Amino acid sequence: MNRRHFLLAPGAAALAAALCVAAPSASHAQAESQPIHVGEINSYTGLPAFTIPYRQGWQLAVEEVNAAGGLLGGRKLEVVSRDDAGKPDDAVRVAQELLSNEKVELLAGTYFSHVGLAVADFAARNKLPFVAAEPLTDAITWTKGNRYTFRLRPSTYMQAAMLVEEAAKLPAKRWATVAPNYEYGQSAVQWFRQLLSEKRPDVEFVAEQWPAQGKLEAGPTVQALAAAKPDAIFNVTFGADLAKFVREGEGRGLFRNRTVVSLLTGEPEYLDPMKDEAPEGWIVTGYPQEQIDTPEHKAFREAYVKRFNEPPRQGSVVGYATFKAIAAAVEKAGSTDAEKVVDALSGLDLSSPFGPITFRALDHQATMGAYVGKTTVKNGQGVMTGWRYADGADYLPSDEAVRKMRPE
Amino acid sequence: MSFYLVQFLSGLATAATLFLVSSGLTIVFGVTRIVNFAHGSFYMLGAYLGWTLVERWGGTPLGFWGAVAAASLAVGLLGALMEVGLLRRLYRSPELFQLLATFGVVLVMQDAASWIWGSEDLLGRRAPGLRGSVDILDQPFPLYDLVLIGLGPLVLGLLWLLFNRTRWGTLVRAATQDRDMASALGVDPARLFTGVLFLGSALAGLGGALQVPREAVNLHMDMAIVVEAFVVVVVGGMGSLTGAFVASLLIGQLQAFGILVFPQITLVLVFLFMAVVLVIRPYGLLGRAEDAPPTAASPGPPLIAAAGMARWVPALLLALLAAVPLVAGDYALIVLTEVVILALLAASLHLLIGLGGLVSFGHAAYFGLGAYGAALLVKHLAAPMPLALAAAPLLAGLGALAAGWFCVRRSGLYFAMLTLAFAQIVWSVTFQWYGFTGGDNGILGVWPPDWAAGKAAYYWLTLALAGGALLLLRRAAFAPFGYTLRAGRDSALRAESVGINVRRHQWLSFALAGSAAGLAGGLYAFAKGSVFPTLMAVPVSVDALVMVLMGGIQTLSGPVVGAALFHLLETEAMSRTDWWRLVLGAVILVLVLAFPKGVAGFVRDLWTRGRES
Repeated sequence: MNRRHFLLAPGAAALAAALCVAAPSASHAQAESQPIHVGEINSYTGLPAFTIPYRQGWQLAVEEVNAAGGLLGGRKLEVVSRDDAGKPDDAVRVAQELLSNEKVELLAGTYFSHVGLAVADFAARNKLPFVAAEPLTDAITWTKGNRYTFRLRPSTYMQAAMLVEEAAKLPAKRWATVAPNYEYGQSAVQWFRQLLSEKRPDVEFVAEQWPAQGKLEAGPTVQALAAAKPDAIFNVTFGADLAKFVREGEGRGLFRNRTVVSLLTGEPEYLDPMKDEAPEGWIVTGYPQEQIDTPEHKAFREAYVKRFNEPPRQGSVVGYATFKAIAAAVEKAGSTDAEKVVDALSGLDLSSPFGPITFRALDHQATMGAYVGKTTVKNGQGVMTGWRYADGADYLPSDEAVRKMRPE
Repeated sequence: MSFYLVQFLSGLATAATLFLVSSGLTIVFGVTRIVNFAHGSFYMLGAYLGWTLVERWGGTPLGFWGAVAAASLAVGLLGALMEVGLLRRLYRSPELFQLLATFGVVLVMQDAASWIWGSEDLLGRRAPGLRGSVDILDQPFPLYDLVLIGLGPLVLGLLWLLFNRTRWGTLVRAATQDRDMASALGVDPARLFTGVLFLGSALAGLGGALQVPREAVNLHMDMAIVVEAFVVVVVGGMGSLTGAFVASLLIGQLQAFGILVFPQITLVLVFLFMAVVLVIRPYGLLGRAEDAPPTAASPGPPLIAAAGMARWVPALLLALLAAVPLVAGDYALIVLTEVVILALLAASLHLLIGLGGLVSFGHAAYFGLGAYGAALLVKHLAAPMPLALAAAPLLAGLGALAAGWFCVRRSGLYFAMLTLAFAQIVWSVTFQWYGFTGGDNGILGVWPPDWAAGKAAYYWLTLALAGGALLLLRRAAFAPFGYTLRAGRDSALRAESVGINVRRHQWLSFALAGSAAGLAGGLYAFAKGSVFPTLMAVPVSVDALVMVLMGGIQTLSGPVVGAALFHLLETEAMSRTDWWRLVLGAVILVLVLAFPKGVAGFVRDLWTRGRES
């Protein structure tokens, strides 16, 4: 009879486990010539369409910094990049790995809001500077802000405020909203409603739809919106849901004689896949990369195209500017000491492809803006027209309101 | 009035796709009893292949429909290939083992699709001749959707003819009813299964290819459809085509009209519906009572407590693990902390699967409830860690007690899907109750106090608590309670007749397993410092299942080995390559083929053979 061994196996497994993860990585001497290690975490397998241009963006920035002689008198910038599988708990483990094994001095990256928040909390706990690149949630710099976390992209609030400015000029009085059923969609709609009602007390919101992210039932949703007979629609869906919504909406005449105001739709990530079926005349935030001819953007675009042989996307700019900001902060701090880098990041001014930006000392939000314009189809491609640059600094609530939201 | 008609038609169009995919799943399940997770991947593959072919030939109606048919056939062939190359080798394994194999296929296909077609969403051509819309009572309605609405009943009719008017169909029905008898009468089940996998996968591929004109083909299509397809299959009654058809219609209409009444319900609607149907009707709408619960674990040789030297193995292991902080760094310690926590989660699920024969697809709910129990106490009441950790198993146990009362009244896949329904309901409440649970942005700042903040200290604490819980679970397995549970698993009828209340024992084991998972969840919350609804989402339930199956269900050490193996593999692969899903999937496939009884089962067999010779 067999009666003993079913507990042997775990012993072997545990031993293997210990050996496999216990091997300490070579400790980095903090000598002056040692590279500066930055840990980078993002959802490379979860959202490759957005994160791969982003990765190319930061690669370009790092190459430029190192080609120009590195930082702090010749120390190279070295990035250790990891996938977070789109899960906050995995991201926290990866952050710990980067901190303990790779001895990183800073953290950067993340796409999803909840992953960004988890890493921000980890950063605060471990007193490690963290530059959140992509997450849009307002909480990361406001209600759940902390000393060590900074965020580059314009937040949900800022982007909604940019669109409200345009929406308020429309004659439309009856509005309908459609947004993915999670925090990003909900706060976008909430801010849009609140800010628009402040500017235009005469508007009313007559319908709302909350499709599950990635599972939009296009036909019924479009029909339900049309039934409310709105004058205009505020859309927050993106990616595959957006394509479905646009197709079905066109097929069912939802957009006939209605203005659509839409968050992020002008970004190449979302506009390009729709090709000649990109919506016509929507008011959007986005990034008309082929048309921006400021010197700083031209230089960035040329370098990017030369290096990767494809045009930059919104993510590329975010990745590039994030690492340029990190380089500038380390240089300003004159050291990689966490507290000094945090102090340097607070109020840091730098030049980005979108023009000069500042990481506000008040709430650690960067003033990077977005381009607001209308969509149209040109040569079988969706593009933006009649756009202008909306500077993020102009679309933030009063300092006092921000101070009230931030925990001390 | 016209609006309601058009909304009704929209619901029908949704239902048509759902039916195509779930009819394939129900056919495969009905005959082979395989819980085919890869079905969604075949759907996604059908969409990608359809996109490629439609781009090439889709300019004319003939080219378009030819492309759709070709994509469907190609996916069917791939399904047949999976049967011949993989599943056929596993028919003698415990029944659930094929589920593990199909999960490996899912992972491999995700990365394969991303490698072949790239990461960008692909918007295909519209069907030529069907681009426009027709006005139905002054409401425009897309022509293509009308075609889809017609296609649903057409496919149902063709399948009916196939199953009722051909020899092959008759054989398939015979095998569905009694596999052993069919094979005793000279029907080669292997060939039949290959054909069934071909048909089922081709239907999934057809469903996918038909989506090309409606939506952008993307890498998330597999997960989006597979769970819903399972819901349709179970609501309709497993193996029943007509049931799947009716269920698709109902779900399509519910979605069309549900969002009018309550737009926020999108996250949970289908699961609420499934829970209600299963609570009222034990075998779905049109399913038949079965002789044996289909996915019960194969008992295998009985479990016997270790004696002699082997009794000291766990103690030795514990001592070994306790000594690790002396040599290991911080990162190694947090990975090991996670392994220990996940081992407890897997062992708690094994209590249900291995001893009770109850396969749960929703075990993450109790892991998550535990994590939230602890985090909520910290957030709202500023409770100290010991109190919060005590609350974790309590809340999870209560949740399991409530859900279990309903679940244990069903068996097999119906039980599994009911647990999934409850898990999804708990998940969606957590996800949307912003004021209390923080919604999808979770709860932050759940860190251990200073005395346990060190990586080594927290590791020891986890080892002590999880180790203690594991010993208790082991004790339960060899207590009269465990024997009773096993009796109920092996023969519910005989157990009842000797006076055992099988259902009550199952119910209690569900609560016990839930609270053990809850303790694991509480420990996990403090290890991570934050909790999010992802902790109770489907992928965590699937991971737990994979860990149990990887280790093997016939031994108590199986889940522990499986958890360690799976977690270490995943973390190592993730930190080395972006193609970690491919690596993980490939390793699972190799393991499944090399150790059809699970790793621990294999080691035990080896040991037994060694002693016998």
